[in-house]
Amino acid sequence: MTITKKRKATQGNFLTSTQELNCATIAAHRNTRPVKSSTSIRGSLAGLALLVGHQAVALAESPTSIFSTLSTPAHETNSIGLFVVIICTAIFAVVAALLGYAFWRFRAGNSDEHEPAQVFGSMQIELSWTIIPVLIVVVLFLATARTLFSIQDAPKPANALNITAVGHQYWWEYHYPEYGIVTANELHIPVATGNGGRVTYIKLTSADVIHSFWVPQLGGKTDMLPNRVNEMWWDPQKAGVYVGQCGQYCGAQHAKMLLRVYVDTPEQFAAWVAGQRKQQTELVADVVDSTSEAVNPSVGQKVFEQQSCINCHAVQGTVANGRFGPDLTHLMSRDTLGAGAIQNTPENLKAWVEDPQQFKPGCLMPAMHLTNKQNLQITAYLQTLK
Amino acid sequence: MGSQTYPVAGGLQTETAPSRHGYLEEIHSWIVTVDHKKLGIMYIVYALLFLVIGGLEAILMRIQLAAPGLHFLEPQTFNRMFTMHGTTMVFLVGMMILFGFGNYLVPLMIGARDMAFPRLNAFSFWMSALAGILLYFSFIGGNGLAGTGTAPDMGWFAYAPLTEKAFSPGHTTDYWTIALLANGIGSIGTSINILATVFCMRTKGMTLMRMPMLPWLYATMSFLTLLAISPLTAAQAMLMIDRYLGGHFFDTQAGGSAILWAHFFWIFGHPEVYVLVLPAFGMASEIIPVFSRKAIFGYPAMVAASVSIGFISLGVWAHHMFTIGLTSYGNAFFTLSTMLVGVPTGIKLFNWLATLWGGKIQYRPPMMFAAAYLIQFLIAGLTGIMLSVSAWDWQLHNSYFVVAHFHYVLVGAIVFMLFSALYYWYPKMTGRMLDEKLAKWHFWLFLIGFHLTFDLMHIPGLLGMPRWIYTYEADRGWGTLNLLISIGGVIQGIAVLIFVYNMVHSYFKGELAGPDPWDAWTLEWATASPPPSYNFATDPVVGSRRPLWDLKHPDDPDSAFE
Amino acid sequence: MSTVTLQHETDTEWRQPAKGTVAMITLIIAESAIFTIFVVAYLYYIGRDVHGPTPKQVLEIPWANSVCLLSSSLFIMLAEHAIAHGKMAAFKLWWAVTFLLGLIFLVGTGVEWKKLIFEDHLTISTNLFGTTYYSLVGLHAFHVIVGLLLMLVVLVLALLGFVEKKHAERVKTLALYWHFVDVVWIVVFTVVYVVGR
Ligand code: HEA
Ligand code: HEA
Ligand code: HEC
Ligand code: CUA
Ligand SMILES: [Cu+2]
Repeated sequence: MTITKKRKATQGNFLTSTQELNCATIAAHRNTRPVKSSTSIRGSLAGLALLVGHQAVALAESPTSIFSTLSTPAHETNSIGLFVVIICTAIFAVVAALLGYAFWRFRAGNSDEHEPAQVFGSMQIELSWTIIPVLIVVVLFLATARTLFSIQDAPKPANALNITAVGHQYWWEYHYPEYGIVTANELHIPVATGNGGRVTYIKLTSADVIHSFWVPQLGGKTDMLPNRVNEMWWDPQKAGVYVGQCGQYCGAQHAKMLLRVYVDTPEQFAAWVAGQRKQQTELVADVVDSTSEAVNPSVGQKVFEQQSCINCHAVQGTVANGRFGPDLTHLMSRDTLGAGAIQNTPENLKAWVEDPQQFKPGCLMPAMHLTNKQNLQITAYLQTLK
Repeated sequence: MGSQTYPVAGGLQTETAPSRHGYLEEIHSWIVTVDHKKLGIMYIVYALLFLVIGGLEAILMRIQLAAPGLHFLEPQTFNRMFTMHGTTMVFLVGMMILFGFGNYLVPLMIGARDMAFPRLNAFSFWMSALAGILLYFSFIGGNGLAGTGTAPDMGWFAYAPLTEKAFSPGHTTDYWTIALLANGIGSIGTSINILATVFCMRTKGMTLMRMPMLPWLYATMSFLTLLAISPLTAAQAMLMIDRYLGGHFFDTQAGGSAILWAHFFWIFGHPEVYVLVLPAFGMASEIIPVFSRKAIFGYPAMVAASVSIGFISLGVWAHHMFTIGLTSYGNAFFTLSTMLVGVPTGIKLFNWLATLWGGKIQYRPPMMFAAAYLIQFLIAGLTGIMLSVSAWDWQLHNSYFVVAHFHYVLVGAIVFMLFSALYYWYPKMTGRMLDEKLAKWHFWLFLIGFHLTFDLMHIPGLLGMPRWIYTYEADRGWGTLNLLISIGGVIQGIAVLIFVYNMVHSYFKGELAGPDPWDAWTLEWATASPPPSYNFATDPVVGSRRPLWDLKHPDDPDSAFE
Repeated sequence: MSTVTLQHETDTEWRQPAKGTVAMITLIIAESAIFTIFVVAYLYYIGRDVHGPTPKQVLEIPWANSVCLLSSSLFIMLAEHAIAHGKMAAFKLWWAVTFLLGLIFLVGTGVEWKKLIFEDHLTISTNLFGTTYYSLVGLHAFHVIVGLLLMLVVLVLALLGFVEKKHAERVKTLALYWHFVDVVWIVVFTVVYVVGR
């Protein structure tokens, strides 16, 4: 396994502690670009660009707009992007104006029979339109390189939260090694600002094919590859729920490999962690027979454990330890099922267990063909997994 | 009077009606032909057929995406549609039609009687044609009969390990692979042929620096094809070894690498897009001067720019892989190299602009499309520059912004230029003009449809809409935009229908063209329309880049300046 | 329009390269690109196997083989030289020697593969080494086979007396291909038996 994003502490203006990072990000949030000694021209251009960008995209309000950024990597990416947009727009304006002028000014008259003067070229002109673009390219490149290095090679603060995210065909698995938590689909991380704020570093890999981890408001995407570990970081500045989705085609249900990130306040996050660390225990069954009429959780657990569910799903503290599907230990702490495909309500849960293919045709959980009774029992059990 | 005369004036142009032998014989003559003109036309017709098929696939996708949560296509069907659409458009439309024009025009423009290797030429055509049949046979052969519709569904770049047996069982991927292998062999054959033709078959007096721009660009394109298609062929062979012989090249379970495929594919894929655009540049460089009534501006710079685009484009491939986890130095390098392509491309654009400058522009159909091409290519190139900013590409990669960028080049530049070229050379190929009134309808409808579809498509990309999704959530704010985009697609379809009608109608009823309807300057206009099978009654001898200008202006020939 | 001549007085002789040579060079460019991809894959996967056998355990350096193939390039040059000067007997001799040396190389490869498959149990599906080794060496061997078949045709025609001095150009083109096959072997040899072992 190779870790590909090397970190370099040599660059002078890189931030070295969380403290600074936090200041930086707050500042960045305020004036839309990171605290760096940068030329004021670029700064104001980027500012202007942001404004224009916001205006343009305000037409369509979207929770996934790459312009409503809420963390440093996203801000920086955005400023460089808009800087380039401005330059390109300027190039477009000039060249399109010249083209338009030529189209109009040099259109042929009706009666004119003579051929126009034949001009074959000019060395000076050729040189000028070679050199000017070269200069523009140099500027664009240097600006890009700065942002690139500052995001990709940013030093990792000592108290960063480490998470490993594993892409699976159409769902996400998360490990919090620090807390021994394994969960799926809905990622919880703390805000990075304020007291107790932490930056989150995510190691990304895949269990099967290539996926890509993308929450536009928090930052650009990074691919998840089998046999390889990539890394990226976020320092979200505002608590809330952010959505995104898989950014690399990965098979039938790529479209419904949705992604939700809950950015919690430090208190919320601590509470969530405590909840996730709870182990489930084997419920004591009143009736062991799974064909029993009773619909209660303990019967449900037996049914669940007698079916092949446990080949694919794990519930910590019980015999269920499958790894092919999402960990169900705290299923009820999640708002959605099937990587955001549907809301997590009791009816949906039962319908999902009956036949997940109706919501996510082509997903890798088969319809289990159980009786209605069994489904009710299993659903009752799953609802205890708080 | 010299011994060799202008063939047209020499009375060769006779308006004989096509002789009425049986149509079976006619078909037979096309199948066994080794004539570069017939092969060229077959390439073009074949490609236009697939343009309609690929376009229909696009329309199906657009219907499904017109609103959030629709159930028009099954998820898997949608995935098959974009895979087939992309593969069809790039390999069966783009490559085929460009090779078609190359076959038809290169020998005529350099005053040759045929390609260097006529039989290899026929072989290449039939190999490439086989590819289309293999690819589309997958619909029935993929997993058995009866509507199971098992066309390949792994995207046109077929990222590993999704294509390995473990994730793509059945034969769909195999059809895709062998189709591209067959197509690749055909392309390599044609490229060798074009290079040998350009370097060895030029008529007397046509030095390389007197060659028209189009053969120059075809030579560059062929060279690039050799260096680009071959890696694809190699990678496809590896994929076949994995799938059939149990190899592990891209088998990540056995230590194989997914990134290696990505590199191999884009080492092919990036030069490939320039392979597609270079001939369009060549066509623009022929058509814009003629309708501006001026010689091309800065010919040597144009040649140098084309060749350097070819070279630089061999070193930019990883700009398709900015999110895959390259080191920061890797990302920086590919940002720089990608941006550098903008410089020679800019030179080309500015030289076309200078060609227009001071000319007398005639807005006939070819020029209308060429004018739109210039503006659209400018925009497409600039969005390309935005994507090359690796840090920003982390956001934009695999979003609809990318889809908008590449359709802007592929449709806005290449397809527009192809329409321009079809209006321009159709009279040469058939002897009849295309109807101008229908052409105007075609142009304006296609222009409106194009802009409605692909201008708007940038925005959902910026709003976080990824590619390859068969449906999307209603709360994302992408709905209205997608509806408009889909409507634009249908308008484009109607425009293409008008064009198809025009082509068929004009073939029988069109006004007779005569040898030189546009009052142009390159050698293909010096012979009858359509040209006789031997092209030129006598081998022309040239003294400048514009031999027919010299003929028409004996008082002011170009050859006096060279 | 009047009848105007499309002729200009050109005293200089109009010369362009032979199309066969151009075609062979371009083919070689394409082939080089193919080999490059296989070589890159080989280099990339060196030492990444999850299990053996490793190259160190099973590969022996095919010295004799390599000498045969590389020296055949010299003999084919002699043959080219002979036919260019119309010495048909010498041509036939050197051509036959080249052919035989190539054949020895091919048989050598066969022997090597037999050992690998039956004694070391290394097949194309065993591990990454097997996959990359057989495909790279196999691709080269395939080119040797094509070369040998073409040379055989020429040899037979020559023995039947159909090959004459005027065919020197074509023989040269074929020889170009054979030189390419030899150069590729130098690369493959270095990669597989020197770097990879
Ligand atoms: C013919 C096709 C074609 C052409 C010509 C181009 C041209 C360019 N393309 Fe595009 N591209 C594609 C087809 C094409 N592309 C396709 C099909 C894909 C997607 C593949 C897939 O993922 O499926 C793609 C994807 C793609 C990406 C990857 C996006 C992603 O997946 O994240 C990038 C990133 O750098 C890129 C960049 C460029 C650049 C910089 C150019 C440049 O060549 C443009 C140069 C032109 C100009 C810049 C304009 C004129 C110049 C001037 C007026 C001079 C002044 C300008 C400056 C100094 C900047 N392209
Ligand atoms: C030359 C190349 C080319 C061309 C011309 C086009 C043309 C079009 N493309 Fe395509 N496209 C690609 C190359 C091309 N595309 C590639 C390489 C991909 C990537 C694939 C992948 O990711 O794997 C892609 C992907 C792609 C997608 C993204 C799919 C996804 O990621 O989910 C979409 C979605 O809108 C799309 C739409 C269109 C449309 C609307 C047109 C229109 O311009 C088409 C207009 C033409 C017609 C409509 C044909 C004429 C039809 C008739 C005459 C019949 C009558 C029809 C009607 C009246 C409606 N294309
Ligand atoms: C073959 C393996 C397999 C079996 C057997 C299986 N599942 Fe699943 N299950 C999955 C996979 C894979 C997913 C993720 C689907 C997706 O989102 O694409 C999943 C998802 C789920 C979810 C949603 C989890 C979430 O976090 O969104 C629930 C609930 C669930 N399964 C319950 C069950 C029950 C109950 C059974 C037995 C009756 C069962 N599964 C049997 C593979 C399986
Ligand atoms: Cu996972 Cu797309
Ligand atoms: Cu590219």
